[in-house]
Amino acid sequence: MSIAKKNDWVEIENIVLTAEERAPQVPDDTKKTPLMMWTKGFLVDDEAKIGDEVTIKTLSGRITKGKLVTINPRHVHDFGNPVHELLEIGMELKEDN
Amino acid sequence: MKDLSYKAVMSRNNEIMKKALGIDYSLYEYGKIAFNYERMMKENSYSMEEVRRIQKENKVGNTPLFELRNITNLVRKYVPKGKGARIFIKDEAANASGSFKARRASISVYDAYRKGYKGVIAATSGNYGAAVASQAAMRGLKCIVVQEVYDSRKVGQPEILEKARKCEAFGAEVVQLTVGPELFYVFLRLLEETGYYNASLYTPTAIAGIESLGYEIAKEVYESEGKYPDAVVVTNAGGGNLTGTARGLLKAGAKDTKIIGASVDLSGLHMASDRDFNRKSFTTGHTGFGVPFATMPDRADVPRNAARVLRYMDRYVTITQGDVFYVTELLAQLEGIERGPAGNTSLAAAIAIAKEMDEDQIIVVQETEYTGAGKHPMPQLTFARSNGIEVRRGDPKGSVPGKSIVIPNTIEQIYLQDIDVMKLKNDLIRNQTVRKNVEEITEEDLAYLCEETKLDKDKVLDMLKVHGVKVQ
Repeated sequence: MSIAKKNDWVEIENIVLTAEERAPQVPDDTKKTPLMMWTKGFLVDDEAKIGDEVTIKTLSGRITKGKLVTINPRHVHDFGNPVHELLEIGMELKEDN
Repeated sequence: MKDLSYKAVMSRNNEIMKKALGIDYSLYEYGKIAFNYERMMKENSYSMEEVRRIQKENKVGNTPLFELRNITNLVRKYVPKGKGARIFIKDEAANASGSFKARRASISVYDAYRKGYKGVIAATSGNYGAAVASQAAMRGLKCIVVQEVYDSRKVGQPEILEKARKCEAFGAEVVQLTVGPELFYVFLRLLEETGYYNASLYTPTAIAGIESLGYEIAKEVYESEGKYPDAVVVTNAGGGNLTGTARGLLKAGAKDTKIIGASVDLSGLHMASDRDFNRKSFTTGHTGFGVPFATMPDRADVPRNAARVLRYMDRYVTITQGDVFYVTELLAQLEGIERGPAGNTSLAAAIAIAKEMDEDQIIVVQETEYTGAGKHPMPQLTFARSNGIEVRRGDPKGSVPGKSIVIPNTIEQIYLQDIDVMKLKNDLIRNQTVRKNVEEITEEDLAYLCEETKLDKDKVLDMLKVHGVKVQ
């Protein structure tokens, strides 16, 4: 789905500072990159496609603008892969006790 | 229309802060460098009685204090007879939002509510965001949380991504940024745009909120054991946890309890580096915050930081990332509670410290935090590996932050590394004088530095002499 409709839950992106505008105290590797910002909210525009400049209403009720990057942004974090180095600890402790 | 450029917004810092906090910090400044810390705390906060009432009203505090009998028994297998202190833990995960941070947030959000603000904003990638969001939800206030979460590839720390989810669960707006100290600029812009309250981690209310934790620990241990704890171990980053807990212990009368700070050693990693950002498994509770905040507390998002650890800390130790993952397993597999991992920094240190203590002594780990997707050893180590970090079992002595995480084979391999507290105090004195181009101070400044460092006059004078600072 690459078309978002009014009131869809979306994520927008903004460049806050370009690489050239970064603060002087920022380390060199960070200075090569822009300061980026992402905000989620309900689409205010009637319709928009990925990459469009859109307006959203956030969970705090704030109205803000940015480039549409995701429609229905999903929380992707999980419990990771099984980690053998951790799984074995419980067995060791039982033997130890 | 206001100039929203970086320079213009940063130059309005003081004006924005005054509106967003309702505190005039200049009222407390005197001499050449001094400020009246206790007066600032007293006039901008709430009494212990009020703090406890506000917290009870909003599902905070009176968390269980558990004795970790199985871990204590394990420790005793590795020490000479008569050694191995009893380890207790305050299960702060039981607070609304799942961490001790609810204590801080509860008082600040109450303060915002009482002063008539319509909403609150917090700049945090930690548990504090969810704590503010949860308290704001209960008070009917709007909430915005500003997070540093992604590197330039938009790859985020799983631990921080989970915290963002939790903030949204409580109805907060989460503004997510790539790495960099200019987060503060975005924070100021949002404060100015909304007129909301700055629910900073470092205000007097935020610290007063934690005092109840130290107070409860003192009272509860005294009630069940007939004495105050011999030591309390506190995970240290920005300093609020340690400062508030120590103040609470003192308010309860536990004057001889040793206050030990513990941080994860992340030396060598730059906190604002795009590359280093995802090469660490701990986003807080580490030396990258703990050391600079100890020696220069007034670097926070408020003009005068209410968290000042060198006024209270007796000892400061570091442990490794691998140690914390190991003890997180211990807590789950021996004690049957799944918590942390970041909040278990102080537990890792306590296990090593307990080995040095006598068996009739009591050491208290003063927090736990909730665990969940992203915020758990498995996803965090999966993430570490995906960033090229080597993860293995062995002696953590050989681990290098940002390169390897070594999970100890036994608790014998949890080593304490002491940070020289006297050196930190010396650095604090230097930072508050010569580093600010102050080469002559007054008698009252001297008295202030004694309070800042918990040192007597002669010792402070010696340090000032080394830095070439005269006292009028």
